[in-house]
Amino acid sequence: MNMSAAKIETVTPAATIAPVVAMTPKRPPRTDAYARMARETAVRVIPPLVVIALLTLVWELICRRAGSALPPPSKVFRDTKELILDPFFDHGGIDKGLFWHLSASLQRVAFGYSLSAIAGIALGVLVGQSVWAMRGLDPLFQVLRTIPPLAWLPLSLAAFRDGQPSAIFVIFITSIWPIIINTAVGIRNIPQDYRNVAAVVQLNPLEFFAKIMIPAAAPYIFTGLRIGIGLSWLAIIAAEMLIGGVGIGFFIWDAWNSSHISEIILALFYVGIVGFVLDRLIAGLGKFVTRGTAQN
Amino acid sequence: MTAYLKLDHIDKIFTRGAATTEVLKEINLTIEKGEYVSIIGHSGCGKSTLLNIIAGLTNATTGGVLLENREVNSPGPDRAVVFQNHSLLPWLTVYENVRLGVDKVFAKTKSRAERDAWVMHNLNLVQMAHARDKRPSEISGGMKQRVGIARALAMEPKVLLLDEPFGALDALTRAHLQDSVMALHQKLGNTILMITHDVDEAVLLSDRIVMMTNGPSARIGEVLEVPLARPRKRLDLATNATYLKCRQRVLEFLYERHRFVEAA
Repeated sequence: MNMSAAKIETVTPAATIAPVVAMTPKRPPRTDAYARMARETAVRVIPPLVVIALLTLVWELICRRAGSALPPPSKVFRDTKELILDPFFDHGGIDKGLFWHLSASLQRVAFGYSLSAIAGIALGVLVGQSVWAMRGLDPLFQVLRTIPPLAWLPLSLAAFRDGQPSAIFVIFITSIWPIIINTAVGIRNIPQDYRNVAAVVQLNPLEFFAKIMIPAAAPYIFTGLRIGIGLSWLAIIAAEMLIGGVGIGFFIWDAWNSSHISEIILALFYVGIVGFVLDRLIAGLGKFVTRGTAQN
Repeated sequence: MTAYLKLDHIDKIFTRGAATTEVLKEINLTIEKGEYVSIIGHSGCGKSTLLNIIAGLTNATTGGVLLENREVNSPGPDRAVVFQNHSLLPWLTVYENVRLGVDKVFAKTKSRAERDAWVMHNLNLVQMAHARDKRPSEISGGMKQRVGIARALAMEPKVLLLDEPFGALDALTRAHLQDSVMALHQKLGNTILMITHDVDEAVLLSDRIVMMTNGPSARIGEVLEVPLARPRKRLDLATNATYLKCRQRVLEFLYERHRFVEAA
């Protein structure tokens, strides 16, 4: 504003030729912001919706013929309407709503995953910090981590003689490896500068762990935790199919045994959504915790 | 005159497998209290290794460092370091970065409120109090280095070690920061040892300039006194005969007698 005013004063004859352009009046900012937000949301939401609609249509067209092995989406919805509309019923035994199955599975995951997060970070710190621990343990980890989750199940059933702790153990042993390995890499990658700072300030090992190590390695740790939660969710579904009882894994197996194909499809849908939410949850937590640790 | 900081016959040999490299040979130097000493030399001559030995981050192979007649061979806040790349912890705010050292050093001698005041006092010294709640990623390179200096000063070191503190900064910011360090030295009377590869910086700031020969087996080639009165003014010195003579001496040492040989 000042600039333009000064300009008018100094260049009087030219001012008529090149008049100062009046600023366009500001649009009401609030509706503007809403419009932009709506546009951004639409850009994100519409393409997947279109793809989903198209895929459902293709599925419907392929599976609606008589004698098709899998039900079309319309039949899936008709068959499972009760399960969708009332996820909270409980008729005793394993005849429960999907909410209870999912929550039983999630409880197992919460338990097994928490154990593996604690043990995994602790072992990762050890392996990352000590060269000898790495030399001793790393080959072992590299072999053990390739064992498929279900291969652990018979052994853990033999050890625990019960389904519940066995399932939790399978989750633990499946999700711990990426947590260990990523934590170790994070610890090993702590810049020497931070170690020097800690040395000059004379932090003791405990303070070094809490104030330097964990924040510096947090991005790596959360990468491991995120892979870990995905693996635990994979493992629990498979393990539950074998151990039985309440849980979304056994629900799927049970539906297969009673030929309720539509219920399987519904359960798969829920499994996918829950897995996605779990992944986002850990990613969001990671983002929140590591908001300040970006390298500068 | 008794030595405040004494480097006594320091040799440093790096061993990697069967290969041994002698980096430093027979480094002897005494620094008086309140003195500003610069160590200058071509890159790779081991001046950073020497600083690390004084800081206690590396140990000398033979010889040792005496601070007030006591040997020091592990890192400690009495020899606070300002690192070349500032080394602020990115997950802490400016205030917390300084507070980290203060909390350790003055855990027993200062109360909570006193420590808080002391942190703010040091941030004020480097004119960074306004950014106390900012994270390092939100401030400029020069500001980060100011905070690095505040962190080191706040530990009340007996010797302040500066490891090419202005190396990563642009020329204008560097000049500004050099003036700040000069003013702080004037005001607080710290003993300062600075590593640099900038001739003008060395002459402008130092009481003495220690020139190192090229490695391997780098030695102290020459020590030059800079008899310029303080406070020094950058602009006045540009035409000052003593300044120019000192500058000439260092340049001759670095570019004639001990020219940098690129290891091919």
